[in-house]
Amino acid sequence: MIASAFRDAGFEVVYTGLHQTPEMIVNAAVQEDVDVVAMSVLSGAHMTLFPRVKMLLDEADADHMLLTGGGIIPEDDVTELERQGVGRLFGPGTSTADAIAYVNEWFATTHAG
Amino acid sequence: MNATARSDEHQALLKHFFDGKVLGLARAITVVENERAGFQELLHTVMASGPQTKRVGFTGPPGAGKSSLVAAVATEYRKLDEHLGVVAVDPTSPYSGGALLGDRIRMNDISTDPGIFIRSMATRGSLGGLAATTKEVVDLMDAFGFDRVLVETVGVGQTELEVTAAADTVVVVLVPESGDAIQAMKAGLMEIADVFVVNKADRPGAPRLVKELRQALHLRAGSALQDIPAHHGVDLGQAMKKERTTDAPAKEPEGWSVPVLTTNALTNEGVEKLLDTISEHRVWLEESGEIEQRRRARAAIRIRDVVDREMRRVAWKSDDVQRLLREGVEEISAGDGTPYSAADVILGTLLR
Repeated sequence: MIASAFRDAGFEVVYTGLHQTPEMIVNAAVQEDVDVVAMSVLSGAHMTLFPRVKMLLDEADADHMLLTGGGIIPEDDVTELERQGVGRLFGPGTSTADAIAYVNEWFATTHAG
Repeated sequence: MNATARSDEHQALLKHFFDGKVLGLARAITVVENERAGFQELLHTVMASGPQTKRVGFTGPPGAGKSSLVAAVATEYRKLDEHLGVVAVDPTSPYSGGALLGDRIRMNDISTDPGIFIRSMATRGSLGGLAATTKEVVDLMDAFGFDRVLVETVGVGQTELEVTAAADTVVVVLVPESGDAIQAMKAGLMEIADVFVVNKADRPGAPRLVKELRQALHLRAGSALQDIPAHHGVDLGQAMKKERTTDAPAKEPEGWSVPVLTTNALTNEGVEKLLDTISEHRVWLEESGEIEQRRRARAAIRIRDVVDREMRRVAWKSDDVQRLLREGVEEISAGDGTPYSAADVILGTLLR
């Protein structure tokens, strides 16, 4: 649903399917040379998965990509992940318009000029 | 970004590219796909060594299982230790300009294999089954040094004939549900196929489709009527042959009869046989000299593409032409002209 919302907002969305490992995600992100990596983590493993993907992206010289996402993530964890360089994380019930606006804004500020 | 900074960026990118770094290829593709300033120089630099890789295109109607088949084929090639590039094209939504590129889903099993590089592309308004710059992206992958590049067309309809401009060997994938052989003929698939694959071959209707395709191919080759005696003074076999010398596209010379194979991409049935057939076609391409013909035809297409694109760009960026365009619109609106008279004036200026 998120993927089609972004498509409808004019984004080209590479959809990889469910149950991706961090390695699969980063591999796809690098090969597709994307601007944004968005992960949905509902398993509760967000404190492992987000930092791991962030680390692999940095290692792959892809630290310019925005890592964002969503899931059921406690406020403290959100703060900690943001401290580690992860972008905004969206909780359940977020409207897709908010997520789209966030990504657009990020793009406008990082790609100005 | 100014020209120097851009040039520095491209130099850095090219270094990565020629060092064989995936990141260099991925970024080069982005530059080309977005037709960013300097993309033509970039292509010029990497294409200097000419085509080396084996290019195999997969086309066919939606739901034929192209992605699954490409994944199965890629897996087999990896077993042979071939390094592979894969380009998968999906449609851009005409409403939003966005696209949902889902071909990686079928390729999850191979998606972390470092010997394979998969890139998704959106058509961005281009018809013909490829994205506007798919041919260029295949060239990049060629220059990057893959043993083989697999190109999967978008699969939305019947006009996916452009794949011939990107591939040496064209595999047309059909399923029993995709209709009869007549529809394949109407869609022009008979002309572009080097290999037919009836996928999902366990489904009802598969044997019938295989039989129809073989008959249609025989008919095309003229052999179905060869043994029929002349009737009313007209030798149909001869008539067919004669027609063929004038009508047949240059890409189907003597010596290769298009096979019809059956596969089941999900169980891997028939996939090995498909690889063998692609290899046989490769041998034929090289021994018959056809590969050189195809590369020449492709080169001509590419030159035209570049000239067309540049002419459009040069024409419409000229202030004079913009002024003449506005004047033309005024004249038409005042009843003093037509699009043709206005275009004549513009062309007169451009060609002066």
